[in-house]
Amino acid sequence: MSIATAPAPSLLARASARPSLWREATRRFRRHRLAMVGFVILLSMVMAVVVGPFVYRVPIDEIDFRAKLKGPSRAHPLGTDDLGQDLLARMLYGGRISLAVGVAAMLISITIGTTVGAMAGQLGGAVDHTLMRLTDLFLSLPQLPLLLLIVYLFRDALKKVLGPEAGIFVMIVAVIAGLRWMPVARLVRAQFLSLREKEFVEAARSLGAPTLRQVVRHILPNALGPVIVAGSLDVAAAIIAESSLSFLGLGFPPDIPTWGRILYDAKDNLDFAPHWALFPGTAIFLTVLSINYIGDGLRDALDPRKVLGHK
Amino acid sequence: MSRYVVRRLVIMIPVIFGISLVLFMILALAPGDPFEELATNPNVPPEVRMNLRAQFGLDDPVPVRYVRWLTSMVRGDWGFSFVSRVDVVTLILQRLPTSLFVLGSAQLLGLLIALPIGTFSALRPYSIFDQVATTFAFIGFSLPTFFTGLVFILVFSLTLDWLPFIYRADIADTGWRWWWQHARQAIMPVAVLGLFQGATLTRFVRSAVLDVIRLDYVNTARAKGLSEGATVVKHVVRNALIPVVTLVALQIPAIFTGAVITEQIFRIPGIGSLLISSILANDTPVIMAITFVFSCLVVIFNLVADLLYGWLDPRISYR
Repeated sequence: MSIATAPAPSLLARASARPSLWREATRRFRRHRLAMVGFVILLSMVMAVVVGPFVYRVPIDEIDFRAKLKGPSRAHPLGTDDLGQDLLARMLYGGRISLAVGVAAMLISITIGTTVGAMAGQLGGAVDHTLMRLTDLFLSLPQLPLLLLIVYLFRDALKKVLGPEAGIFVMIVAVIAGLRWMPVARLVRAQFLSLREKEFVEAARSLGAPTLRQVVRHILPNALGPVIVAGSLDVAAAIIAESSLSFLGLGFPPDIPTWGRILYDAKDNLDFAPHWALFPGTAIFLTVLSINYIGDGLRDALDPRKVLGHK
Repeated sequence: MSRYVVRRLVIMIPVIFGISLVLFMILALAPGDPFEELATNPNVPPEVRMNLRAQFGLDDPVPVRYVRWLTSMVRGDWGFSFVSRVDVVTLILQRLPTSLFVLGSAQLLGLLIALPIGTFSALRPYSIFDQVATTFAFIGFSLPTFFTGLVFILVFSLTLDWLPFIYRADIADTGWRWWWQHARQAIMPVAVLGLFQGATLTRFVRSAVLDVIRLDYVNTARAKGLSEGATVVKHVVRNALIPVVTLVALQIPAIFTGAVITEQIFRIPGIGSLLISSILANDTPVIMAITFVFSCLVVIFNLVADLLYGWLDPRISYR
């Protein structure tokens, strides 16, 4: 007994003295200056849309024809639209939905992608073959036309079941996620193929760990780095996909002013109210740019092999 | 070579088959009914509607309907548009050339931007040029095409009044004036799409060149006295292009997304804007056909990429 427990404390001490993997990753992320700038911008955007509507208490649908199509002023910091509705209030409210769509779609697409990739990589054989053909098939589907087709066919039915707001939200998130999981699946499969032959997995296997435990405790945590990077970029892609749909007039209805929807309403008034289009467009651009830089920083932090032999 | 092409074509068939199955399943699962209009019309008795349904086979089981739909698609009978009463095939063939022209020029512009800039910044990584180029590439592919399109219209059409913002297929002028008008109206859509593509491709080219540039055979080429230009063009870029071709092929569905949006912004009469107007008009046969055409284009361009791949990399043998 005493022989078995004796080395344990010293091992523990050594493990905690060494910087942990995550602390090391955080340190590397912090060194990526633009990623940190992106992180700060994104964080302030998130804070603004979460807290903003509680602080800035102008209603999003107050119609005031005397103030229509006005540029930024003291009463309306970002100006008004063609019904005289306050743009700042609408953007704060719509931003919540745009960001929520991005995060929700990312979570679902990563879950599907990881599951498919893990199954293909771990089980191999016929399962692998079938799943990879399915992935290839999905990769050759044109995203936006298919999104439009599904939205067109299912919009009314889901609206009836879940109500206009939730119905469209669920549908858009599901469809965007359903068409974006393939790169993650390929990534995870490739990771599994190399990781499951590594010594530490073999050790777990020879100790009698069942397959599920091998996967969940040993392989998956090590395969997570690239998945996190891909996931961060997926948020940006999902935000763009939702904005594109709304911009084409086929996303959220006008009473849910997501950024893309505001742009759609603004695009026919470019000549007399350019501010109406410029503010939501800039918001989408800044969000996507920040997320992309964060993804770049995460890649440096979590995937050190990809960094060039520099510094 | 020809045997390889034939074999690739044979592999294409199950993919197109799978795509058609996915599309049909979506249509079959959807609630909604092409005869909905008749159901709400009080002048049409329910029996007539039922008869029509039976006549068009809408009450048959899904697999039967799928086989029937597929055979008529293969025979080239794609139905007719509910709205304009024109054959779907005619309608799409009218619109396709414009779309392919804009897409092709944009892709060309993207490559013309990406190849020199990507190569040059990889040759001097972390130099000022590289940092500026990488930053612009980042900004370029973070800017959604619908926003750049609107900003271009705002700046070049409304403020400066240099370029028209509506794309017209029916230009009355003849001779060189016709060409001039066409070029002028194509500048903005091609630039919007091309700059976005260029930004994405620059990053691909840069990292592909970086992977190659430190390999021994490049040093050998230099050591045997080859000029820097010849080394880069013949040895580095050619080999770096191999992964780039794959990435370009994988990008193609994304290019179509951009195309649908630019066609909508600049009102280009291509198949992307046809898709949107059909969706707004509930024109199911046209919507199905266009989605299918888009999928087939993706598969065809993937084939082209595979062939290019073999040409760039002789290690892949055509067997």
